[in-house]
Amino acid sequence: MNIIVCVKETPLAESEVIISKDEKSVDRDALTLGINEWDKYALEEAIRIKEEHGGSVTVIYAGQSEDVLWESLAMGADEAVRIDTETSFDGRSTARVLADVIKNRDHDLILTGLMSSDTGNAQVGVLIASILGIPYATIVTDVRVENGKVVVERELEGGTGERLELEMPCLLTIQSGINEPRYVSIMGIKRAKRKEIEVLSADKLDEYASLVRLYRPPVSLAEMIEGSPSDVAEKLVEIFKERGLI
Amino acid sequence: MKKILVVAEHRKGEIRPVTFEMLNLSSSIPGETTCVILGKDIGGMAEEISKKADRVIMVQHDSLENFNSELYWVALEEIIKEENPDIIALGHTAMGMELAPFISERIDAPLATDIVKIEEVNGKIHVHKYVFSNKILAELELRDSDTYVITIRQGEFKEEIDDKNGEIEERSFTPPGSISKRFIEYVEPEEVGVDISKADIIVSVGRGIEDEGNIELAEELAEALNGVVAGSRPVIDSGWLPKERQVGISGKTVKPKLYLALGISGAFQHIVGMKDSELIIAINRDPEAPIFQVAHYGVVGDIFDVVPELIERLKKG
Ligand SMILES: Cc1cc2nc3c(=O)[nH]c(=O)nc-3n(C[C@H](O)[C@H](O)[C@H](O)COP(=O)(O)OP(=O)(O)OC[C@H]3O[C@@H](n4cnc5c(N)ncnc54)[C@H](O)[C@@H]3O)c2cc1C
Ligand SMILES: Nc1ncnc2c1ncn2[C@@H]1O[C@H](COP(=O)(O)O)[C@@H](O)[C@H]1O
Repeated sequence: MNIIVCVKETPLAESEVIISKDEKSVDRDALTLGINEWDKYALEEAIRIKEEHGGSVTVIYAGQSEDVLWESLAMGADEAVRIDTETSFDGRSTARVLADVIKNRDHDLILTGLMSSDTGNAQVGVLIASILGIPYATIVTDVRVENGKVVVERELEGGTGERLELEMPCLLTIQSGINEPRYVSIMGIKRAKRKEIEVLSADKLDEYASLVRLYRPPVSLAEMIEGSPSDVAEKLVEIFKERGLI
Repeated sequence: MKKILVVAEHRKGEIRPVTFEMLNLSSSIPGETTCVILGKDIGGMAEEISKKADRVIMVQHDSLENFNSELYWVALEEIIKEENPDIIALGHTAMGMELAPFISERIDAPLATDIVKIEEVNGKIHVHKYVFSNKILAELELRDSDTYVITIRQGEFKEEIDDKNGEIEERSFTPPGSISKRFIEYVEPEEVGVDISKADIIVSVGRGIEDEGNIELAEELAEALNGVVAGSRPVIDSGWLPKERQVGISGKTVKPKLYLALGISGAFQHIVGMKDSELIIAINRDPEAPIFQVAHYGVVGDIFDVVPELIERLKKG
């Protein structure tokens, strides 16, 4: 079972997002970066499937940094590939770059995250499957591989799910909470750095969607309560009393 | 005038509300809306939709009873060819996320997902969407194309259009001989434990609670307020609270008298489940957290400083 996992570096939700003067980018130095949340679940799932069924896990990242690839190797990926290019909000060009590399590699299963937290797109997984012409399922919360087929559970709205069966090779976009990703230590990452990362180049593609500007949402509507924790607590209790909540 | 093709969303015999929001798109982009509805025994739903669409195209077949992107595409491909729409719209939902990118790749159309606004600027289509964990917005210009594929965020296209009375046209469907993706069954959640949707006071914790051990703090506060503890998805994903305590699009929708959000950033998928609460108070150490956009009162601070003080004060009475 050869599994390919697409992973990406994204900022944590808590990162301070500072928009540059030209409104076309954000200050990278202010961001705390790591493996995209959904991709970590995808990688963990791939490693578990490999542990059960044998084979190998290859992680692929189209981007500028190698940190997420070292971390993936430390988690248990066997091989890591970096495509030396810059991706944007345009999922279609990102997917093309990734699909070009994936199509030349053995794969029974491809896993991606459901979405990346910076683009908020939830596009790239399905687009890769569409380019490669293989079946796929999104928002996957359970995977079972049996007799050359994959049975998955997909999350729908309001707590409902659906069970689907897919032929292999196929692509799944993984939803958070599907498993509990293993912890990697700094030592583990150090050890992983003995492995090699394969670096490939990619042609710059025309974009289907180009950035006009980044901007802040309308100002917050909340009335802000200020002061020391004890002042704040006092005011909150007042509000609760006014409203007859206590 | 643009031709807007809306793909209706329904599940288990009910139209999903996002369908009507998509039909409102003609108030952002002046155009004629054609709504395609695929399924089995959908005559009643097609009627209902026709009140808000210029035209309805209905395709009925046993194999279309439940959504399956592979079968939907077979049915849609021909309709898209015939109609040659300017915009194909789906919801940014479990259905739209599965189908929209596939359509865009097949017809080589620009794709924009989870959009909150669409407009025409100097003859170009511009879309707006939240990026960077909902903290800021991006305006994107789509490359010139005959057709664009979009998915819309629920709750953002509320401006209702006038009633219409579209004709319903029926088309036939022949399913393909073999398919590579098969629907097996729905999986329903088990109803156990506390029903948070019935609670008047909810203390809801997010990833900011940091650790399973700290849930106790929220429980203590909930007890002092006579409420229940709920959580955002990461808290449930980590197993710190059971699934039935999850608030949001893939959890429960709640409308308590008080919703206290502790260390929750305010992702759209969370907001959908709690925005109609009577009073929303958010405590978050990040002044930019989007939760402050929906909260009535906000506190920029550390929950581990504020919550113990609050518990103490409540206990004193
Ligand atoms: C298809 C789909 C369905 C989803 N369904 C749901 C759903 O039903 N419900 C849901 O909640 N999410 C859902 N999500 C996930 C959602 O997108 C967000 O990832 C999630 O809501 C974020 O949870 P959070 O706010 O707890 O965590 P984060 O976004 O990580 O935010 C944590 C917050 O805590 C603050 N914080 C940290 N420490 C402290 C402290 N000590 N004191 C004060 N503040 C602190 C930080 O500033 C930050 O704002 C879904 C996503 C998808 C794609
Ligand atoms: N630059 C990239 N390199 C590797 N994988 C990516 C990249 N961009 C997106 N992906 C994958 O596609 C998923 C969905 O991304 P998106 O369509 O941007 O929301 C992510 O969770 C990743 O698994």
